Amino acid sequence: MLSQYLKKGLLSAIIITGITGLSGIVVASGARPEVMEGASASMLANSCAGCHGQNGASNGPAIPSIAGLSSQYFIETMTEFKSGKLPATVMDRIARGFSARQIRLMADYFSAQPFIRAKQKFDPKTIAVGATLHQKYCEKCHNNAGQMAEDDTGILGGQWTPYLAATMQDYLSGRREMTKKMRDKVERLMDARGDEGLKLLLNFYASQQ
Amino acid sequence: MTRTFNRRIFLKTSAMAGAACVLATPNLALGATGKVVVVGGGAGGATAAKYLRLADPGLEVTLIEPKKTYHTCFMSNEVLGGDRSMQSIRFNLDGLARHGVNIVYDTVVDIDATGRKVKTLGGLSFDYDRCIVSPGVDFDWGKTEGYNLEVAQQMPHAWNAGPQTILLRSQLEAMDDGGTVIIAPPANPFRCPAGPYERASQIAYYLKYHKPKSKILILDQKSTFSQKLQFEKAWSDLYGYGTDNSMIEWQGSDQEAGVVAVDAANSTVTTSFGDVEKADVINLIPAQKAGKIAFTAGLVDRKGWCPVELMTFESAIAANIYVLGDSAIATGMPKSAYSATSQAKICAAAIIASLNDRPAPVPAYLNTCYSVLGRDYGISIAVVYKLAKDKSRITKVSGGLTPLDASPLTHKREVGYAHSWFDNITADIFG
Repeated sequence: MLSQYLKKGLLSAIIITGITGLSGIVVASGARPEVMEGASASMLANSCAGCHGQNGASNGPAIPSIAGLSSQYFIETMTEFKSGKLPATVMDRIARGFSARQIRLMADYFSAQPFIRAKQKFDPKTIAVGATLHQKYCEKCHNNAGQMAEDDTGILGGQWTPYLAATMQDYLSGRREMTKKMRDKVERLMDARGDEGLKLLLNFYASQQ
Repeated sequence: MTRTFNRRIFLKTSAMAGAACVLATPNLALGATGKVVVVGGGAGGATAAKYLRLADPGLEVTLIEPKKTYHTCFMSNEVLGGDRSMQSIRFNLDGLARHGVNIVYDTVVDIDATGRKVKTLGGLSFDYDRCIVSPGVDFDWGKTEGYNLEVAQQMPHAWNAGPQTILLRSQLEAMDDGGTVIIAPPANPFRCPAGPYERASQIAYYLKYHKPKSKILILDQKSTFSQKLQFEKAWSDLYGYGTDNSMIEWQGSDQEAGVVAVDAANSTVTTSFGDVEKADVINLIPAQKAGKIAFTAGLVDRKGWCPVELMTFESAIAANIYVLGDSAIATGMPKSAYSATSQAKICAAAIIASLNDRPAPVPAYLNTCYSVLGRDYGISIAVVYKLAKDKSRITKVSGGLTPLDASPLTHKREVGYAHSWFDNITADIFG
């Protein structure tokens, strides 16, 4: 039964490849229409709102807020989605639709929007432990309790934690590459506190409302 | 064909002559930024009204909609599957009122393109500088013999969410284990191209855990459908598709499987091949056309959809009237809620530019649709578009479907993103 499907799937895949190949030739010969360039920052940013919330403030929980991110972080993230360096479900497909100039326009637009801290559940009893872990392992780069948006760091404090959890899952599985500095800290955290440590950290970020 | 073309040009020219007169009216001469009337409070209309007010708080925006509550068609398949409540897909226009949109609960019966007036069933009349028409789809009942509004109470279409969704769900609940469900998707074009197949998946999800001996038979008017390989892979992963014991069977136009007639008394459908199929639950999704007001206002072409300028969504037939969402022929884009919101924002920006004598801005279009096909199993289509330089079509510049070799983790995450997508898009429309 599975082999039957696979055969069918393979056949379809060959057909699809064939079609794509054909259209590839058409594109190469210039049949794909030229497109109108020059959309404004707000025009581009508005197209993101359906998934990321109006002005980038997400109602979560799996999709992150992109308002108030540092411009550099936004550009790096989109560029790495585009190149395939970052693991993705849809963002790789979407990022490839935007030029470097358009990504910069959107980065400047969203970095100027207020970051709205997510209204999400947290356990008040363990905030203090989480804060200590943050201070020890994260604060050096993610300043101001993880709320800082500068340079190449994303916002942690007040960001949707199911999104942060998925991102950490990607880092820990090796699907997403950590910087050496981050890897050292994360390894030390995991050695000392394991998954429980991560949970405590996320709870600390969720508590910032 | 030449005649239609001439008629359009004539109508547009005469409407534009009318526009020149209106420009001299005190309303605009005194510096007020203008009046916009929006017909229809669904995804397209509500988004347009909100984004007009966000961009220009001086604008007088009136939205006319017959229904006080709106059920989103998107995600209503999860109600059929049993994981989502009706309450969670129910919205109202109170949020728009907070943005300063005048909300009028009434039915628009006429749009006078020359006199620039919108008239309602309740006897009200609204002047406009620009009018947006976003009525969604209407059903072409005549395409299926024996199917009509009354029969839809027995064989629900559930292609407008609300009582029809509840009816179809209750029929599934009442069905015995071992029963048959027929889903009959329409010919292209229609609202939500992936919808019938997500629906089959959600119904299979319900049946798998509650009535596992039951079957779903999809009798399609088409030879293929949106994201077919992705759906078939999911059906194979989840519901035994391709085996003798498959819960879902799909037959298309190659097998002449499209439903041409229904017999409500005997609970049967007849295919174009002539087969008569009996089922316990029949979900007949009728052929579609532009919403009724688009016909009344003369905004449709011979096929029953509204031609528009793709840069602004202004009607190609009548000046100063814009058509959005499912009713519009947005060449290159699918009929989806996300498309409607994307078009609405472009249209709002174009209207503001036009009221201020500026050229229409360069548009940026996007569509992202999720389908939830079972426990921890989602797929998506996401496409970024730009306008062709000759303005003839909305052109895909990147994007595509969930890869066929996507991992279980990806499918699981896509469910999470689907639900967040729903919360964000509905807040973007109504919040």
